[in-house]
Amino acid sequence: MAHPDMMAGPGARPPSARRGARLGRQLRGVAGVLLSLALTLLGLLLVTFIIGRVMPIDPVLKVVGERATQAQYDAARLAMGLDQPLWRQFLTYAGQVLHGDFGRSISTGHAVTEDLRRVFPATVELATLGTLIGVCAGVPLGVIAAARRGRWIDQIARVVALIGYSMPIFWLGLMGLLLFYGILGWIGGPGRQGIIYDGMVPEVTGMILIDSLLSGDWGAFRDTFSHIILPASLLGYFSLAYISRMTRSFMLEQLSAEYITTARVKGLSERRVIWGHAFRNILVPLVTVIALSFASLLEGSVLTEIVFSWPGLGQYITKALLAGDMNAVLGGTVLIGTCFVVLNIASDILYRLLDPRAA
Amino acid sequence: MSPLLSLRNLRVSFPTRSGTFDAVRGVSFDLGRERLGVVGESGSGKSMTGRAILGLVRPPGRVSADRMELDGESILNLPERRMRQLRGARISMVMQDPKFSLNPVMTIGRQITEGYRLHSGQSAAAARQKALDMLEAVQIRDPERVFNAYPHEISGGMGQRVMIAMMLAPDPEILIADEPTSALDVSVRNEVLNIMDKLVRDRGMGLIFISHDLNLVGQFCDRVLIMYAGRVVEELPARELHNARHPYTRGLLDSLPRLDRPVGRLAVLQRQDSWRDAEITTPLPEGL
Repeated sequence: MAHPDMMAGPGARPPSARRGARLGRQLRGVAGVLLSLALTLLGLLLVTFIIGRVMPIDPVLKVVGERATQAQYDAARLAMGLDQPLWRQFLTYAGQVLHGDFGRSISTGHAVTEDLRRVFPATVELATLGTLIGVCAGVPLGVIAAARRGRWIDQIARVVALIGYSMPIFWLGLMGLLLFYGILGWIGGPGRQGIIYDGMVPEVTGMILIDSLLSGDWGAFRDTFSHIILPASLLGYFSLAYISRMTRSFMLEQLSAEYITTARVKGLSERRVIWGHAFRNILVPLVTVIALSFASLLEGSVLTEIVFSWPGLGQYITKALLAGDMNAVLGGTVLIGTCFVVLNIASDILYRLLDPRAA
Repeated sequence: MSPLLSLRNLRVSFPTRSGTFDAVRGVSFDLGRERLGVVGESGSGKSMTGRAILGLVRPPGRVSADRMELDGESILNLPERRMRQLRGARISMVMQDPKFSLNPVMTIGRQITEGYRLHSGQSAAAARQKALDMLEAVQIRDPERVFNAYPHEISGGMGQRVMIAMMLAPDPEILIADEPTSALDVSVRNEVLNIMDKLVRDRGMGLIFISHDLNLVGQFCDRVLIMYAGRVVEELPARELHNARHPYTRGLLDSLPRLDRPVGRLAVLQRQDSWRDAEITTPLPEGL
């Protein structure tokens, strides 16, 4: 009979070679992921393009207006390339998109790319801060709820999450504004900045919190912070509800695992059992949950943006849609789709790095 | 000489919707520096006895006993903080399946050194050396490689040897082995048992070997407790196992095939309600 050592996979190579092999496998995995990223983005572009073309909106009419003559209409149609077969239109569109050109927005008169460059940072800033709040509060809450399952803290966490799920965010937003801005005056009102600071911060990233820090303008930073904190907290509360529930159920699954008993047998403190052993095992699914929740904040905060007059992507796309401004809608949709795909891929890559079994 | 571990009338109960369920109903035994086998079917309370000794019965489960002493010192319902100092350091446990009992995202080296450093207060370098020595002691040929490996990269037999190395690193006095070979291939079973046996005997430890395998326990242990429905129904020296008198033990033995006494049809165990509350057939040592 062979010695059991020999039965264990890669034989007796030195540890450095084995680590190299592990890294190689990881890199190959990442390459595969990147290929699938390219294909997914192409599919996304195709789907949004087709949806854009089958919409019962006449893009020509939107450009030339209701009272144009037939000759003007035909000329515009020819100029927009709409006489071409659909597949050629798509190739042209894809080519333009690859060059960062989504066409011109009818409602704002700017290039869609330019508009997106203006509104997207506002949304990213809000969604990032919201996700940060959701993660920083939601993950510990979920872990504690799982560790103290059935106790009062678990019940409180459940109620907090339930309220987060079920309260309409625009109502919470209005009430928050009424209380903290209208009555208490603790925070800035709607919009990203107070009027005195508007346009005062040199734009670098478009995220005013970061830009004001970069320029060292503390007054602007404080003002921006007082404007963003309420909408970001609301979005954070919303994602906290989801993240804490998922964290709790992931943790419960791990805490009943056998290796947790092993850790307790070793005499480790409960804190080390929970954070050092169980928590490390939920990082992988947790990263996916956080990425998806972040992506949904990027796209789904229309109501919040409207309530807080936040000049972000959600508001931009909604307005464009209502105006039949298809270039803007398509551009925004592709951007959001790309965010989803990229975040998904990022969590996939993280997953390979966090779980030694995945590579 | 006083025993390492002394248990009198140990009871473990869990409240359920339909009343209290007693998993262990009055188990008493003394453990010296010996190999004590605990045999019984699933649900007979043998694993729960092991966990009660380690203070690992989680609420709402409740543990009570007339006496539960480690080296003459009561360890019954100690505060968690005090119990943690005993766990791993003085009493340890090896569980059934290394696939589940090792943390999948932590290297084996870290898992071994973690418990050792906690109890010995040694430096990281000393702990690493200790872990490598322990891996060598459980006859792993390439300790460096295994030290840096993750649990999924080694075989089941190696995993169980790693578990033994990990649990013995802080030099406990008592090792509870809860079905340590049930998940292993038959071919590596004896090897793992022999390694464990050698280490336990060299260190003069007490071993509680929990198993449902009567033959294995008979060969491997010095003394055997037979448990049924949360009680010890019979206690006897391992070499006397074939002379067991309790009908449950007899039934178990008769249901096993034997090379030296072939039968046309093996007996099927017929359980009787009276066993649930039967008295122990072999008197316990004096002073019970």
